[in-house]
Amino acid sequence: MSATLLWTVLIATSALCFSLKLVGHYVPERWFALPRLQRINALIPIALLSALVVAQGLVLKTHVVIDHRLAGLAAALVALILKAPFPVVVVAAAVTSALVYHLH
Amino acid sequence: MAPLPRNTVRDALSVSLTVGTYGVAFGAASVAAGFSVLQSCLFSLLTFTGASQFAAVGVVASGGVALSAVAAAAMLGTRNALYGITMSPLLRVRGVRRVVAAQLTIDESTGVALSQLPRGVEAVRVGFWLTGASVFLFWNVFTLLGAIGAKALGNPATWGLDAAVPAAFLGLLWPRLESNYLRGVAATSMVFAIAVTPWLPAGLPIIATALVAVAMGWRER
Repeated sequence: MSATLLWTVLIATSALCFSLKLVGHYVPERWFALPRLQRINALIPIALLSALVVAQGLVLKTHVVIDHRLAGLAAALVALILKAPFPVVVVAAAVTSALVYHLH
Repeated sequence: MAPLPRNTVRDALSVSLTVGTYGVAFGAASVAAGFSVLQSCLFSLLTFTGASQFAAVGVVASGGVALSAVAAAAMLGTRNALYGITMSPLLRVRGVRRVVAAQLTIDESTGVALSQLPRGVEAVRVGFWLTGASVFLFWNVFTLLGAIGAKALGNPATWGLDAAVPAAFLGLLWPRLESNYLRGVAATSMVFAIAVTPWLPAGLPIIATALVAVAMGWRER
């Protein structure tokens, strides 16, 4: 992505995310009272974070690829099941992935 | 002003320090995606909502177009609007302080604040401001460290950085999977994202997965 586009992403993301925060503090509560909207909104983070795990761990461009990243992701999963704190999860994934990457 | 409730201060600081350190992962992910150290730091100062920041740089890293990156971040940012609706009547601030309160309205500040409700509204306010301000401080400092560190490391694959990013997403997702239903939503989303990947331009499957949330949240369970 070009430098201009990277700046665009940064500025647009910041502006939109800040606007959303402002909306919450300034808009009357009843505007958001729709139960359907709240139910969907509660599921959005789970859906998007799940997609991001897949997109970052299993995808290159538009192809599903099994490589060293999946080994790292498996290590992260084991760490999470063992209730490891966040930094341990990330480091376990990085170390495992790097090892597999260099062994190949 | 009354002395700060000690338990509230302890809750606020322990949460802030823990999530603040996630900033290292963000700084590293951002640099690995092609953003500069300055841009990574501006993300944390201006956007200041972790999941949205991770999503924006994640979509860029996976080759998505700018619009997809911004849309993913904005969709994740909508929950902060709902937090604001809950927090605004409790904080009762006006003018500049209200704008600052809005910027500090994130998962952690809202979570700690609402957990203080049994201790009274003053504890709620202390919890919100203290958590918001200290997460802001730690998040930004650790973003800078992560960005500089990743810059020094070079090729992301050499140090496993390319696996650290999806692992960070998994780490953000994990605590949200509180019921079998929510685990089902996550599993469905992953399968959906994989299934549409060959058919859509890079980055778009992430946005498209919001459809899973719409479909599964449409009807009351």
